Amino acid sequence: MTYTVTASGIVKSFGGTRRVLDGVDLAVEGGAILALLGPNGAGKTTLVRILATLLKPDAGSATIAGHDLRSDPAGVRRSISLTGQNVAVDDVLTGRENLVMMARLLRLPAKAARQRAAGLLAAFDLEDAADKRVKTYSGGMRRRLDLAVSVIARPPLIFLDEPTTGLDPRSRNQVWDTVRGLAADGVTVLLTTQYLEEADRLADTVAVLHHGRIVAQGTPAQLKAGHGGASLDEVFLTLTESGYPGYPGYERATR
Amino acid sequence: MTDLTIMITRCVRRSLRDPEAFFTSLLLPVILMLLFVYVFGGAMSAGATNTSEYADYVVPGLIVLCAGFGAGTTAVAVATDMSSGIVDRFRSMPIRSSSVLAGHVAASLARNLVATALVIGVGLAVGWRPSASPARWLAAVAMIVAFILAMSWLAAMAGLLVGGPEAANSVTFVIMFLPYLSTAFVPARTMTPVLRPIAANQPFTPIIETMRGLWMGRTSLGASVGHEAVLAVAYCAAILVLSAATASYLFRHRAAA
Repeated sequence: MTYTVTASGIVKSFGGTRRVLDGVDLAVEGGAILALLGPNGAGKTTLVRILATLLKPDAGSATIAGHDLRSDPAGVRRSISLTGQNVAVDDVLTGRENLVMMARLLRLPAKAARQRAAGLLAAFDLEDAADKRVKTYSGGMRRRLDLAVSVIARPPLIFLDEPTTGLDPRSRNQVWDTVRGLAADGVTVLLTTQYLEEADRLADTVAVLHHGRIVAQGTPAQLKAGHGGASLDEVFLTLTESGYPGYPGYERATR
Repeated sequence: MTDLTIMITRCVRRSLRDPEAFFTSLLLPVILMLLFVYVFGGAMSAGATNTSEYADYVVPGLIVLCAGFGAGTTAVAVATDMSSGIVDRFRSMPIRSSSVLAGHVAASLARNLVATALVIGVGLAVGWRPSASPARWLAAVAMIVAFILAMSWLAAMAGLLVGGPEAANSVTFVIMFLPYLSTAFVPARTMTPVLRPIAANQPFTPIIETMRGLWMGRTSLGASVGHEAVLAVAYCAAILVLSAATASYLFRHRAAA
């Protein structure tokens, strides 16, 4: 078994007192989709930002695609792409300009960059809007462009931080198809989500993050079996005691 | 080098596609020049009969004022970037992160040089008659470039510090207000005694006086051009080095909101 991500003992506090991550151990198999599930504020984004070299952990170590997080952050950056919670494209530029710019930054020659951009625009169903400014795109289109940017360099590992939050069901399904397609191509995907259905339907492995630790990890089936054949909802509720995070309008897996 | 070229292209495109801001930054120099020469000029050069004499005085001040406005635009551009997700993407890519800020600064330099050329063009049209040799012209332009670079890095740092595009807008206000308390528009000796030493010694003054001395042959403070130029270059270098270092540090260590 080869692991694309192995992390152990990751600790991160903010402002000295608020310990967001309290010793996270995580392993993601190569080519698998791992869903990091947790209530709001569980530290999912913090963990992703640490693994993507944007934040330094207070303690712990990790190896990403064979590169040590501390000693070789540049190697890590060459092996990953990060799609954050905020759509990370330039909304004053067009979809095509965004793709070409990112491709050039990833050292593709000018001609190859244009070809890659054209290919991705087609693959992500964005051809009609290719030369319109991203500002005019719908939420689903932005997210698809964001994903297209993430796969320009065909990195072995992609981080997706809440990739479907705020999307309508149709766009969400398109994103899911894209993620499955990536995995089928051998890309390892680490995604965070607060939606149980997303974890259940998409992930090979689910890791539940609660109070700064991974409290359970396994395939959706294993997690359910371990809790007497309950639904993933019930497993999640049991694991996180307090149940759903208390904010209005939080919908159960049905959405 | 390619990272930087790509980032400059991005920032220049963004500037050109914000027609409102772009138009304002081009209109401002023209309106201010006409305002200062034809509306205030008569009163400023009380006694003199010719308003073009005031044009001779005011051009360096207007260049500095417009560069201040341009710097404000840069602060807003950097703050806007920091509040969007794209900076996280750049920072997680295998590129030189300094190129993101350098792109903003280079675009800022380009914008401000266009505005400066407008000030000079309109100035010549309303009667500004510099007596400088080509070598002195070149020195004056070098002074402008150094000043704009220092202001742009200062603005980039401000954009990183303030945390949001709206707050960054207030940076424009501060930078645009400072030239009024210098020798930009009136000589220090005409000011109230409390303000005189401030106006004569604040950083904008030697920069303005260097240009004035190079173009017109004498400064308004009576010191030699060389004396003012040494101070001006020292100020610009200090602002540039401190702001660039601080901005680069903030960019590397500050998480987007």
